[in-house]
Amino acid sequence: MTDKTTSAHGAAPTGTPADGDRPLVELRAAGKSYGNIRALHGVDLTVHPGKVTCVLGDNGAGKSTLIKIISGLHQHTEGEFLVDGGPVRFSTPREALDKGIATVYQDLAVVPLMPVWRNFFLGSEVTKGPWPVRRLDIDRMKKTADEELRNMGIVLDDLEQPIGTLSGGQRQCVAIARAVYFGARVLILDEPTAALGVKQSGVVLKYIAMARDRGLGVIFITHNPHHAYMVGDHFSVLRLGTMELSADRSEVSLEELTNHMAGGAELAALKHELAQVRGVDTAGLPEEGDLQAPVAATPEGKS
Amino acid sequence: MSKAQQAEPAVNTPPAPGPRQTDGRTARRPLALRLLARPEVGVFLGAVAVLVFFLFAAPPVRDGSSMANILYQSSTIGIMALPVALLMIGGEFDLSAGVAVVTSALTASMLSYQLTLNVWVGVVVALVVSLAVGMFNGWMLVKTGLPSFLVTLGTFLILQGVNLAVTKLVTGNVATDDISDMDGFDQAQALFASSFDVGGVQVKITVVWWLVFAALATWVLLRTKYGNWVFAVGGNKESARAVGVPVTFTKISLFMLVGFGAWFVGMHNLFSFNTVQSGEGVGQELIYIAAAVIGGCLLTGGYGSAIGPVFGAFMFGMVQQGIVYAGWNPDWFKAFLGVMLLGAVLINLWVQRTATRR
Repeated sequence: MTDKTTSAHGAAPTGTPADGDRPLVELRAAGKSYGNIRALHGVDLTVHPGKVTCVLGDNGAGKSTLIKIISGLHQHTEGEFLVDGGPVRFSTPREALDKGIATVYQDLAVVPLMPVWRNFFLGSEVTKGPWPVRRLDIDRMKKTADEELRNMGIVLDDLEQPIGTLSGGQRQCVAIARAVYFGARVLILDEPTAALGVKQSGVVLKYIAMARDRGLGVIFITHNPHHAYMVGDHFSVLRLGTMELSADRSEVSLEELTNHMAGGAELAALKHELAQVRGVDTAGLPEEGDLQAPVAATPEGKS
Repeated sequence: MSKAQQAEPAVNTPPAPGPRQTDGRTARRPLALRLLARPEVGVFLGAVAVLVFFLFAAPPVRDGSSMANILYQSSTIGIMALPVALLMIGGEFDLSAGVAVVTSALTASMLSYQLTLNVWVGVVVALVVSLAVGMFNGWMLVKTGLPSFLVTLGTFLILQGVNLAVTKLVTGNVATDDISDMDGFDQAQALFASSFDVGGVQVKITVVWWLVFAALATWVLLRTKYGNWVFAVGGNKESARAVGVPVTFTKISLFMLVGFGAWFVGMHNLFSFNTVQSGEGVGQELIYIAAAVIGGCLLTGGYGSAIGPVFGAFMFGMVQQGIVYAGWNPDWFKAFLGVMLLGAVLINLWVQRTATRR
């Protein structure tokens, strides 16, 4: 698919970028079928250290399937999945974590009723003492969690408070800080800004940039091109399970990205359909041609 | 729209470090309120209230031997309420826990008697059977994704039927034969069903086991990795799995822990009464669950303690014996329990809402 990526906007095919460092994670023509349903097909994706790779797409475009493959929740059924140049096939999220691939999920990042510090170390608890009396090193965990959160600019008075009492943005940040602390080399963020307000989204975007500056490879999944364009180095747009666009930052403008996300051609068809419905005024809606041209409008009113 | 223009700059400038201050929004709540927010404090107050009530209403309760009796009664409920509570914190419950106790006792009793073996052989085989039942419950649950209500209701009915049918088949009777004159009986009785003297009062050894298990469970729950996992799989299974918690292992082992509890109580029943009635145990599972809920465990999982169900079981034992000592009709017991359960749940709810309000 790489070679024939729709280059309507002058996007060059994906490949090793100029800097030439080896990608941390690479998908080559990867796909996934659930029975006879092909959820994902022929997807190429590379993640480099210190770069943010944005994956955009509408609902049902295959974004979730893509991250589930990389994070080890599902296995790919076609193509190749390489980590550090070697082919892999994860059967549990634990294996992905051991390879340094950490995922921050949109709504299932934390256990709401558990204290912040327990959530921070969940699944990777620090213990002390020999086996029969091996116990949690609570002081150290609390201290570490506090330090790491402060490093990310999150100040909490009471780490014993259930994480469910934090705001959505704070929770995302705790999850990101956790992934960074546990030596993640690749950070997958599943729509981290979807349920957040403007200001909280800004905070999360700041941490994405911070993680990138620490040298992590970031996969940022979103359906908001504005958020993607603020931090992204490379953009991949998924549509109906295939890659519609794959372009570096230098090759695509925000307008083009927005247009791709909106599915310009589809909207024109929708306009045509709407015209058949009585009572819908389509005169003011843009034509296909307008949508192809640089248009800043976000047709779905997303911000 | 202007959003596009806004987006352009901002890109590669590293974000400014976050402001260093305390967030100032989490004012420390008063100690009393923080204490009340603990899962076991509500039930502790409830247990004290019931105790004080019966100390006044039933003068014989004030006697040391009555108290030992009440504690014994509580311990037989309490030992089972502990693993049931842990399971509940882990997000599941087990309807087969009551009959599993009888299954375990029947296995040990019939195996030893029919094959004329040392009772310890029966005891060990019963442990294996009990753990296997727990493992089956957990495995079915994890593999099928069915709710624990359905899976364990199935096990409950199976065990209830098997208990009766196999006992009749083997002994020709509804009860097992007396095993008190068999090899190893005295040792086993010393472990599971003996008494010891404290200041002239005979205290059953199950009271000690109960408190030891409770201490152990509390330590495991709050101070070990495993305890952390129990809270996590009950609070949010998907999150737990995603961050690398072995959810399948945790759930199955929790069911096996209930199996262990059933084995222990089963052995106690066997070695204190020498025979086992095959039809017993039905309805006990709800008593265990009620004790755990009264003890502050959330039925939906993810919240609770091991010490709460200790007080929950104590309330049960207290009421059960208190009614007798007060000279009332024991038929009132269940009605009393129901009122207590609802009362405790409402108080817990109210206390938690008050204490956790921000």
